[in-house]
Amino acid sequence: MARSTSKDAQDLFHSLRSAYLATPTNLKIIDLYVCFAVFTALIQVAYMALVGSFPFNSFLSGVLSCIGTAVLAVCLRIQVNKENKEFKDLAPERAFADFVLCNLVLHLVIINFLG
Amino acid sequence: MGGKQDSTKSESMATTKTAPDLLNSSIFSFKSLKLKTKQQELLIRVSILGLVYVLAFIARLFSVLRYESMIHEFDPYFNYRTTLFLTEKGFYEFWNWFDSESWYPLGRIIGGTLYPGLMVTAALIYWTLRFLRFFVHIREVCVLTAPFFASNTTLVAYFFGKEIWDTGAGLVAAVLIAICPGYISRSVAGSYDNEAVAIFALLLTFYLFVKAVNTGSLAWALGSAFGYFYMVSAWGGYVFIINLVPLYVLVLLITGRYSMRLYIAYNCMYILGMLLAMQIRFVGFQHVQSGEHMGAMGVFLLMQVFYFLDWVKYQLNDIKLFQTFLRITVTSAILVGGVALGVGTASGYISPWTGRFYSLLDPTYAKDHIPIIASVSEHQPTAWSSFMFDYHILLFLFPAGLYFCFKRLTDATIFIVMYGLTSLYFAGVMVRLILVATPAVCLISAIAVSATVKNLTSLLRTKQKVPQSGSTKGAGSSKASSKVTLDQSQPFQKNGAIALLLGVFYLLSRYAIHCTWVTSEAYSSPSIVLAARGAHGNRIIFDDYREAYYWLRQNTPTDAKIMSWWDYGYQITAMGNRTVIVDNNTWNNTHIATVGRAMSSYEDEAYDIMRSLDVNYVLVVFGGVTGYSSDDINKFLWMVRIGGGVFPVIKEPDYLVNGEFRVDKGASPKMLNCLMYKLCYYRFGELTTEYGKPTGYDRARGVEIGNKDIKLEHLEEAYTTSNWIVRIYRVKPPTNRL
Repeated sequence: MARSTSKDAQDLFHSLRSAYLATPTNLKIIDLYVCFAVFTALIQVAYMALVGSFPFNSFLSGVLSCIGTAVLAVCLRIQVNKENKEFKDLAPERAFADFVLCNLVLHLVIINFLG
Repeated sequence: MGGKQDSTKSESMATTKTAPDLLNSSIFSFKSLKLKTKQQELLIRVSILGLVYVLAFIARLFSVLRYESMIHEFDPYFNYRTTLFLTEKGFYEFWNWFDSESWYPLGRIIGGTLYPGLMVTAALIYWTLRFLRFFVHIREVCVLTAPFFASNTTLVAYFFGKEIWDTGAGLVAAVLIAICPGYISRSVAGSYDNEAVAIFALLLTFYLFVKAVNTGSLAWALGSAFGYFYMVSAWGGYVFIINLVPLYVLVLLITGRYSMRLYIAYNCMYILGMLLAMQIRFVGFQHVQSGEHMGAMGVFLLMQVFYFLDWVKYQLNDIKLFQTFLRITVTSAILVGGVALGVGTASGYISPWTGRFYSLLDPTYAKDHIPIIASVSEHQPTAWSSFMFDYHILLFLFPAGLYFCFKRLTDATIFIVMYGLTSLYFAGVMVRLILVATPAVCLISAIAVSATVKNLTSLLRTKQKVPQSGSTKGAGSSKASSKVTLDQSQPFQKNGAIALLLGVFYLLSRYAIHCTWVTSEAYSSPSIVLAARGAHGNRIIFDDYREAYYWLRQNTPTDAKIMSWWDYGYQITAMGNRTVIVDNNTWNNTHIATVGRAMSSYEDEAYDIMRSLDVNYVLVVFGGVTGYSSDDINKFLWMVRIGGGVFPVIKEPDYLVNGEFRVDKGASPKMLNCLMYKLCYYRFGELTTEYGKPTGYDRARGVEIGNKDIKLEHLEEAYTTSNWIVRIYRVKPPTNRL
């Protein structure tokens, strides 16, 4: 039972890896950005676990800015991905402009909230 | 009908004219314009919306025309005072305001405990008008803010209806919501309360969110986040949005309607909306710490899981591998989520649902545990008559609209169905929440009306090429099922359709009459000024409240402290400009219980309590001379209950006789000698109030009072208004010790 699940897991890993290598470069860049943002958020959470959460608003603004920009990048990825039928007639420039606008609002609010 | 009559126009059916013909050939000689159908339709729509905009505004002006332009009720006076402060001192002072004039000796952090949306909106309108050189007083702006935003709500309702169904439904929705009594009750001119702006913000947020889900655009989702921010700044009822939207997303996920558009819309709105909402001091960190907001976070994490699984499924083209992966991920996600929620709730980090919202889920909770919440008349469960009074024909158009929504299920109609059902449930629990249900009821009824009219008029338009002018406002009875093509076996279908259209026209006109009557009779009274019919049918105005507050303002020292029941606190600070002990904010239950205890004790004990609070004046409201029934004697049992909730020395049965509340000779001795009784009925025993009745006849209770010979030892009467409605007493300093 364990052997079959480990073999399954290995198969899973290999097919995922091979499928991912086939994605276009621009999507891979966005994925890298998302991973970077989430990684930064995790570092901040670990730091908070070490030194405590005061002042809470600063912690929240730091973590939420990372999570927020990651989520917005995922939305951009969805809209730019050529294989998504729903967004066929959305120009990638428009998607990017929306992304920049939302990030601008996000970071303005973060600056206000940072305290 | 004078004017030019074109001979080309007269075909068959000479009695009816078509809309294009009317425009083309008529007295106003539009012949030269030759508008195409699309432009005619646009003209009709714009003119209808313009008329509806004006209608929504002027329907709310009854009390301004009958009395004067003043602020109504209790809560709006606080909003008015804060808006005045904002315009005088600026935003920074307002945001950091600590008020020492209320809740003496505790004070109140006003900047951190209010929802600034309404005040900032009114101040912005005021500054804009001043910039345009219209130098109006801020009070006029405050009085007319609510009707102005009601007009804006009708526009949003039009666009929302257009999004859900089509333009016809949008137009009907705009008309219905312009005059619906459920909305008018809280947005009449002078009712300067949070709901005036909040309903506009609520509908705007929902419209923008549904638009974002339909289009999948980040820009619309950003718009809905801003709409949510405006709602959070305006009203505590934003909790409804932050729970309804995740519930809606959950329902879509369960019914298999997960899509990329939903992902984009919800995520952007949640993250940005949450961040923006946390900028309001009063809300603070509740979005990550309070149990009422955890649903939204849970759905957010669930969406990430869904997206991740969807992406993996797309990457792997093998079903078996994916199912293994699915099993591992789902079990681990549920485990982690459950553990986190459990730890959070158990350790107290995630606070449980607070009393006000918990009593929505369990309506009996407030009555047993929190008497202050139970005592507010707006928090009582709704009676059927209130539903009929506030909705009229919309009550049976609502199920009809639900039927139509279920026939054409899209993401948007699912949303409006959920909004309608949840808000109607809450409207049944608490009278005040009929207001929140009103937009949903209007929209769904509009769908019913518009769909039936469309069916009926298309029935009329078939076969013979004579188009009938079916108005966009016509409607059909709820049970009508019409076919688009004429059925040869039913010869009178056209007549039936005409009859049904007339019937619906009649129904809608009755609705309009009812709404106008309700607005005029029930919802246009500024509670601060009372009116009655005299013996000869003339109108008598009782302006006692303002008389008393201005007396306070002009005849007491500026640092005088006034003790009264919490209902009048806001009005005393706003109009009397004096410090009060408790006011309508009711944030400190013990302080209110102290005042309640003082009111229900004997004069000596009450005097000690009043000395400890530095009270200089006591204000009571008494309706015995005029028959006014919302006075302090009728509220007295609540004072006893609230006081007794904190101080067990006050026991409610002491004031009742056989469970009955009496003020006549048979009343309990504690009742006949408590401070409230003495203050209300001092010198009343000498007064004849009604012809043929003995002296001291209380017209509000309909009995002769029991204790007519009242002597006050520690207080003296300072002022009684002309109709004895408000009575003010001065607390005497202690006698000199020899």
